[in-house]
Amino acid sequence: MSVYALPRVSIRFVPVWRRNFLVWTKLAAPSVLFNLADPTIYMLGLGYGLGTFLPDVGGVPYIAFLAAGTICFSTMNTATFETLYSAFSRMHVQRTWDAITNAPVALDDIVLAELIWAASKSVLSGLAILVVVYALGIVASPLAAATLAIVPLIGLCFGGLGLVITALSPSYDFFSYYFTLIITPMAMLSGVFFPVDQLPQALRIVAEVLPLAHATELVRPLTLGAIPEHAVLHVAVLLAYGTAGFYAATILFRRRLAS
Amino acid sequence: MADLSEQCVAPSLVSEDGPARGNEGVVLRAANLRKRYGELEVVARASFAIHGGECFGLLGPNGAGKTTTLRLCLGLIAPDSGAIELMREPVPSRARIARRTVGVVPQMDNLDPDFTVAENLLVFGRYFGITDASSRARIPELLEFAGLAGRASSRIQTLSGGMRRRLMLARALVNDPELLFMDEPTTGLDPQARHVIWDRLKQLLARGKTILLTTHFMEEAERLCDRIAIMDRGRFIAEGTPRELIERHIEPHVIEVHGDGLEAWANGDGVHLASRLERSGETIFCYAADAALLLASLERTNGLRYLHRPADLEDVFLKLTGRELRD
Repeated sequence: MSVYALPRVSIRFVPVWRRNFLVWTKLAAPSVLFNLADPTIYMLGLGYGLGTFLPDVGGVPYIAFLAAGTICFSTMNTATFETLYSAFSRMHVQRTWDAITNAPVALDDIVLAELIWAASKSVLSGLAILVVVYALGIVASPLAAATLAIVPLIGLCFGGLGLVITALSPSYDFFSYYFTLIITPMAMLSGVFFPVDQLPQALRIVAEVLPLAHATELVRPLTLGAIPEHAVLHVAVLLAYGTAGFYAATILFRRRLAS
Repeated sequence: MADLSEQCVAPSLVSEDGPARGNEGVVLRAANLRKRYGELEVVARASFAIHGGECFGLLGPNGAGKTTTLRLCLGLIAPDSGAIELMREPVPSRARIARRTVGVVPQMDNLDPDFTVAENLLVFGRYFGITDASSRARIPELLEFAGLAGRASSRIQTLSGGMRRRLMLARALVNDPELLFMDEPTTGLDPQARHVIWDRLKQLLARGKTILLTTHFMEEAERLCDRIAIMDRGRFIAEGTPRELIERHIEPHVIEVHGDGLEAWANGDGVHLASRLERSGETIFCYAADAALLLASLERTNGLRYLHRPADLEDVFLKLTGRELRD
């Protein structure tokens, strides 16, 4: 089989997902804290603190604007951390992947399991924040619940991209480049903290190709009780990034581990 | 693609009517295997066959290509050329299917540090499609076999090196494999732990299991293996039973000599009376068909110390692969 062959996956990815889930149940308390408390503090601090100095943003209070950004940002972060640090630990440090490939599970199955697992954790993260913003009355529209359909796509998108970085990474240190050069600038350009139309023209064009920008274009209208425009396009972009990332990661992991 | 036909329930470890040794045909066959990384040919035209019920030892210095050969046979990497058949399935094309009835104990500890002993076995069983109920029923037996009874709830961090290795062995048995791959199973273990592993492997052989073992401990190979292949620089350079290899490649007597006046003795009687001399640091190894004259000469020479012993596999190994260090 060529390293460029399309991913060949089987139902055997399920026990690998379950393995990660079982580890998570043992560490759930700190994990939920990390996934929920951190973004909530930022959202409330910025939203209520900074928000008092701001006029309405896009016709809504700043904190209501920021809710959608926080959902997207923390969903992205969850999938990214999981596929970078956690997957790298399993692959490189603990050699868990080596153990699994000695069983009738293929490397492609493991990569798929990591992707689905990262997306699963993202859903948890998105759900937790959604519960908080509902409970605090920051978001009121029942349409906001539909973001739960978008959150897994964001997870798959950034999970796929994160796996590419992990496949290329010689050590944990490498991940700092990804955060500093890709993730952080993307957060600034994607309408998480302020509307994209505040940006200069050139950066607005850049924003059009950023997956996080498409995520906020989907989630923000929903949290404010509206149907997103060009929803099909935005969904397609997220899926395209996720699929391309998964395929590229599969190729890179095969080259790294199975050649 | 999705393959749901792989569900299997592990039968009992102790099968009363298991197959007798040596009657099962070939469980692993490799023909003309080649694998190169850049300019380095790691495996060069390797051919061998392993029969059901036997213990086959793959010996070689560090970097000889032993682990790469195992990884090729398991279908984890693809050969540049050559053919592999594992458990009657072509590899790597159907390696995943073939691995259903294979167990692997890798060189490096890769137990799941977040799980208990029992969870390690349970989770590993799932990779084979073994139901949790079936695994739970079997875990006590596996732990008993591995000398880990009462340790089911222990965390991995609390286990000694020997216990971890035994747990790795138990993990490799969750699917009741026909064939076990063991990559240097006793490296880094103390003598007690090593003897326990040897004992367990003998028990498994007695139950009709087949074992492919890599090692660089000759004593281990001599004790366990029915057949041995010596590998060096990617090539299989000798193959046979331990006894055959010794008879074929080496004189039956070895006298190790060191002490004052070594040079003078070696250049005189040594070179005349031994059929072959090998030097390693301050010691000279004299190989001979008959030791009597050498021993008499050494007895007459003051200042020399010597040890007379029968030739063993290590002598064969060092003769064939040389005495220089492999780092």
